[in-house]
Amino acid sequence: METLTATDKYVDLFEQKRNEISNGDPQFVKEMREEAIASFRQSGFPIRKEERYKYTHLEPVFDGELTFDFNPRDIQFDDNELFRCDVPMLNSNVLTVLNGFFHHPEEAALTELDNGIIYGSLKEAIHRHPGLVEKYLGKIAQTADEPFVALNTAFSQDGVFLYVPKGVQMDKPIQIIHLLLSDKNLMVQHRNLFILEKNATAQVIVCDHTLSQHMFLTNSVTEAYTGENADLDLLRLQNEHNNSCQVTNTWISQDRDSRCQHGTITLHGGIVRNNLRISMEGEGAETNALGLFLTDKMQHVDNYTVIEHNLPRCTSNQYYKGVLDDISTGVFNGKIHVHPDAQKTEAFQTNNNILLTDTARMHTKPRLEIYADDVKCSHGATVGQLDEEALFYLQSRGIPKDESRLMLMDAFTWDVISKIKQSALQDRINDLVGKRLRGELSRCNNCAMHCNE
Amino acid sequence: MLEIKDLKVNIEDKEILKGINLSVKPGEVHAIMGPNGSGKSTLASALAGRDYFDITHGKIIYEGKDLLELSPEDRAREGIFLGFQYPVEIPGVSMVNFLRTAINSMRKYRNQDPLPAGDFLKLMREKKQVVEIDSDLTNRSVNEGFSGGEKKKNEIFQMALLEPKLAILDETDSGLDIDALRIVSNGVNKLRSPENATIIITHYQRLLDYIVPDFVHVLYKGRIVKSGDKSLAKELEEHGYEWIKQEVDAEM
Repeated sequence: METLTATDKYVDLFEQKRNEISNGDPQFVKEMREEAIASFRQSGFPIRKEERYKYTHLEPVFDGELTFDFNPRDIQFDDNELFRCDVPMLNSNVLTVLNGFFHHPEEAALTELDNGIIYGSLKEAIHRHPGLVEKYLGKIAQTADEPFVALNTAFSQDGVFLYVPKGVQMDKPIQIIHLLLSDKNLMVQHRNLFILEKNATAQVIVCDHTLSQHMFLTNSVTEAYTGENADLDLLRLQNEHNNSCQVTNTWISQDRDSRCQHGTITLHGGIVRNNLRISMEGEGAETNALGLFLTDKMQHVDNYTVIEHNLPRCTSNQYYKGVLDDISTGVFNGKIHVHPDAQKTEAFQTNNNILLTDTARMHTKPRLEIYADDVKCSHGATVGQLDEEALFYLQSRGIPKDESRLMLMDAFTWDVISKIKQSALQDRINDLVGKRLRGELSRCNNCAMHCNE
Repeated sequence: MLEIKDLKVNIEDKEILKGINLSVKPGEVHAIMGPNGSGKSTLASALAGRDYFDITHGKIIYEGKDLLELSPEDRAREGIFLGFQYPVEIPGVSMVNFLRTAINSMRKYRNQDPLPAGDFLKLMREKKQVVEIDSDLTNRSVNEGFSGGEKKKNEIFQMALLEPKLAILDETDSGLDIDALRIVSNGVNKLRSPENATIIITHYQRLLDYIVPDFVHVLYKGRIVKSGDKSLAKELEEHGYEWIKQEVDAEM
C-alpha cells in the first residue's frame, strides 16, 4: 500500500471538508480555494533541497498529530481574566482571533464607522462587502508564490479585515490578538486583510499567543495593500510557547509614494518561520522592515524576506537582529530584487546576530539581485559574540558580569526597538525584550503582556 | 595597600612579565615607565583582572586580600580603578545608565541603598567639573564617537565618580594635546589624597611634569630594572631608554 504524504493528507482533508470550509462563501472565494488546493497539490510542501527552506524543514510538523476546527468552538473564557494584552498608554481597538476565528462574544462581527473605516471579521466582510474584498483577497499573496500561502488560501475561514478609505487617518491603532487555546494539539490557519486607500493611515499591532500547553501549528496569511501615499505601520509580536510552530506569510503591496513600516519581534515559539514579501507596485514607495528575535533552548527562528523593487525611486531599509542562546538556531534569508525598470532604487539591508554559546547556530544569507544600473544598494551581515572588551570595561567599573552581558544585549536589541515609531509601544517592547533576555518570560506560556498583575 | 610579589604572566606561552615586585602604600604615586612592549599594559590588565593571559607565578595582595581570587567587578568594588589606554566604545549603552549602574552596583556591594536619581544627577554635575566636561557628553553612548581627548577625560570623570582607593592609569597621556593633558592631570591631582594611591603607566615623561610621582620604576623586558624618585623620569627624558637597555642587556 502506498503511504500518504503530508501533501496528500491535506489535499484529502480539503476534499472531505470542502463543504464545511466553504460554507456560505461567495463564488469567488470558492473558486479561489479550488485554485489554491490545486496549486498546493502540485507544489506540495517545500523540500529541503529548496534553497529557501534549506534550514527549516516543516513537512514533519505539518504531518504531526493534529486536530482541525472548521467551525468556531464555543469556548467560554473571560478576556479580562485570562488575558490582558493592554499596552499601557496605547489606546487601541482590540480584536481577538481565537483559534483562527474572529472572537466577538459581545461586540459586532464587523464594525463600520461613520468615516468609512471597517474592521472586524474577515468572514463577515466577505459576506457584507464581497466587491471590496474580491479586489484584494488572494491578489496580493498569490498561491503560486508559496505553498504555505496556497494551503492557507484553501483552508482559511476567518481572521481580521481592516479597511481605511481614501484620506482617512485612523486615530487609534488596531491591536489583533491571535489566541490559541485548546485541549488537543491544534492546527490553525487564519487570514488577515488590510486595505489602506489613497492617503489613508493605519497602525496595526499583531500579537501571537498560546494560552494552553498543547502543541499548536499556525499557518497564517496577512495581505496588506497600501494605496497611493498611504501609510501603514504593522508590528507583529510573536510570543507563543516553545512547543508551538508558527508559519507566517505577510504579503504587502505598496502603491505610489506609500510608506510601510513592518516589524517582527519574536520572543518565544518553538519553530517560527516568517515569510515577508513586500512588493513596490508604484514609484516612490518606501519600506522599513525591522526584525528582532531572541532564542534559547531548542528554538528555531527563520526570517525569509523578499523585497521587490519593481519601479523607480523606491526605498527599502531592512534591519534584522538576533540573539541566540543555548542550542537554538536562526536563519535570515533576505532577498532584494531590483527589477530593470527600478532606477534610482535605494535598498539597504543589515543583519546582525549574537551567539551567546558555542552551540547556537545562525545562518544568514543576504541576496541582492540587481537588474537596474542607477541604484544604491548595500547589505551586510554579521554573526559574532558579545564584545569581550566592552564586557570587561563594564565589569571593571564594578558591574557584575551577568548584568554587563544584559546591558550589552539590551544595547544590541535597542538598536532595532528604537526604530519602532510609537514611543509607548517602543517602551513596552523594550521592557518585554528586557524581561525575555533576563529569562523572566520563560515560564509564561500565555501572555507576555500580563502587565497588570 | 598593594603588594605585588614575583608576578609572572604568560600570553600564549610567551612570558611577558618575568617576576614583578612592587609595593604601594596609601598616598603614594608610582610611575611605571618603559619602552614599548616591556609589559606595562599587561601589568595594568593583571591588576584589573583581564583574563586573556595566564598568571603562572606570584601573588598580588591588595588590602590584605588575594587580588587574583577576585573577579574584575569585585576588584572594582574593592576600590581598584583602571583608566584604560583605549577606552571601549559601547554603542547603545548610555553614559547615564552605565554610570548609574556602576555606582549602584558599588553601593550594593557596600550594603548601601541605590542612589536616588536626583542625587545621582547632582553627583554627575559635580564630578564633571573635575575634568571640565561639557554637559552633553553624558547623554551619549559610552565613548561612542568621543574624540581621543574626550575619552581620556571620560576615564578620569568615571574615576572621580567611583572614588577608587587605587587608581591605575594606563597611558592616560597618549593621544592628548597639551590642553587635554593639563585638564586630565588636574583631575587626577584633585583626586589625590593621603588615603588613596595612584599608579601611572606611561611611556613619556611629560605627564609626570603635571602629576609628580613619589616613585618611578622602569619596566623593561618584563622586569622592573630600575627604581628611583622623580629624577629618574628626568633622566629618561634626557637620555631615552637606550642606556638602560644597554645596562640590562649587558647583564643578561
